[in-house]
Amino acid sequence: MSQIPATSERPSYLRVFATFARNSLVRDMTFRSNFIIDAVTSLAWMLTQLGFYILIFQYTSRIGPPGPDGWEKYQFFVFIATTVMINSVVQAFFMPNADEFGELIRTGDLDFALLKPIDAQFLISLRKIEWSSLSNLVFGLGLLVFSLWRLEYRPHPVQCLLYPLYLLCGIAILYSLMIALASVSVWLGRNQSLYDFWFYITNFSRYPMEIYSGTVGTPLRRFFTYGIPILIVVNVPARLMAKPLSANQWPLAVFALAATVGSLWLSRRVFARALESYRSASS
Amino acid sequence: MSTAVAIRSRAATWWIILRICVEERLVYRGDFALGTLMRFMPIVTQVFLWGAIFTGAGRSVVAGFTENEIVAYYLLTMISRAFSSMPGLASGIARQIRSGEIKKFMIQPIDMVGFLLLSRVAHKLVYYVVAIAPFALVFFVCRGYFSGWPDPATMAAFVASLVMAFLLGFFLEATIGMIGFWFLEVSSLLFVYMLFSFFLSGHMFPIGMLPDGWRQVVEAQPLQYLAYFPAVIFLGKVRGMDLVRGLVIEALWVVLLAAICKLSLHRGFRRYSGYGG
Repeated sequence: MSQIPATSERPSYLRVFATFARNSLVRDMTFRSNFIIDAVTSLAWMLTQLGFYILIFQYTSRIGPPGPDGWEKYQFFVFIATTVMINSVVQAFFMPNADEFGELIRTGDLDFALLKPIDAQFLISLRKIEWSSLSNLVFGLGLLVFSLWRLEYRPHPVQCLLYPLYLLCGIAILYSLMIALASVSVWLGRNQSLYDFWFYITNFSRYPMEIYSGTVGTPLRRFFTYGIPILIVVNVPARLMAKPLSANQWPLAVFALAATVGSLWLSRRVFARALESYRSASS
Repeated sequence: MSTAVAIRSRAATWWIILRICVEERLVYRGDFALGTLMRFMPIVTQVFLWGAIFTGAGRSVVAGFTENEIVAYYLLTMISRAFSSMPGLASGIARQIRSGEIKKFMIQPIDMVGFLLLSRVAHKLVYYVVAIAPFALVFFVCRGYFSGWPDPATMAAFVASLVMAFLLGFFLEATIGMIGFWFLEVSSLLFVYMLFSFFLSGHMFPIGMLPDGWRQVVEAQPLQYLAYFPAVIFLGKVRGMDLVRGLVIEALWVVLLAAICKLSLHRGFRRYSGYGG
């Protein structure tokens, strides 16, 4: 009996990803002036944010109380650089795909993704890459180097090694939140207000966690650290790089690793459950 | 006699347009109310950020504002923006130009700017009816940041500045939409406008904070009336002759932009060629 040879071998995820990346780049380069406009506008948007903080530091030398809980000017710029880099990666790799996920569900085109012999979450999460968003990554890196150069202390090699690791953790947490939110659109049919929700929630992550204090702030900080861990995203890597290593950072740093694993696991569960509830929409 | 009839029939037309637009907007009232409440959420982070800035500065007054005044300022800009922001106006006009839908205004005896203005008034009226609850809730919760109601004259100036902010925002965005007659695609232009507007209208921070030189430039442009000016009126930061001068300049901007808007429409219609069916 002749049988179709079994193609049970694992697809090469790296090669598939490289193909996605190449395709997106080819597409971006086809509409080159659009690409340039996109890159310039996302840079401009970020520059207005930076301008705001430059203005703030005309009036104060630090944000927050003096001592380890406060952020001096260039320490805070390390924080901003970290925010910019993490957000640009999330925007480049995951945002366009999460955006499309809702559309795939609504139109029933998700069928085609499910039929392919590759992990559905991988396929849906990384299919499109918005290369123009990476312009901010380059700028963020420049800002990081500049701010560190202006800081009086030099980071220890351990800090330099751990920093990229925690950047990846932050990206993973944001990704988990995003894919979980996008999955909810299976049940809701549409996901416009979910994106507003995403914007307002991640807005909390853009500031040092020390600013959330007092009767309202402390519960808020706890919730966004231990409940939905978005305060970890920027705070842990930024603090690691901007301030000298100290023993009281470790509990949060260890928790950040656990939160990353937990978020990824939970979002995978939500995604799988969403797919179980998916009923093809089109004919 | 005949002019009276003409005026009455014109008024009846406007009234019908207004009513249709109101009905249309009321369909999405639930979404509206929730969306309005959500829009206050960034202010929560602003409150904490400014708290940390005041702690860091170690002073009770930064850039002429106390901590309470800054929070009150951000809350008040939400009111200004509720009047001056025109979601979808420019992009809608550009889309109509691109798709050819705009032709109907060339053949129907309706003035397009007037129609858009009325539908925007309807849009806003409905918005206020629905948004007043979340606004009242937020301002009641945050009443501690305010030092009381301003006197009646200031209040009147505040209302006048808001009405003019609405008109200014309308004519500005409508004009940008009409650039579509020349460029067809205005989305990136609109983004640039939004960027400038966010920064220069005072939505992001009180523009009085800017260092000398920059401040004078920013205070000479019309975008400041969209958010900054009404808020500082309410807070009593502009008084007397400065207030009167500010209102007069704002009114002049409204007239100027209305004229530019009309002119763009006129010129645009002349060079327009109707694509699409």
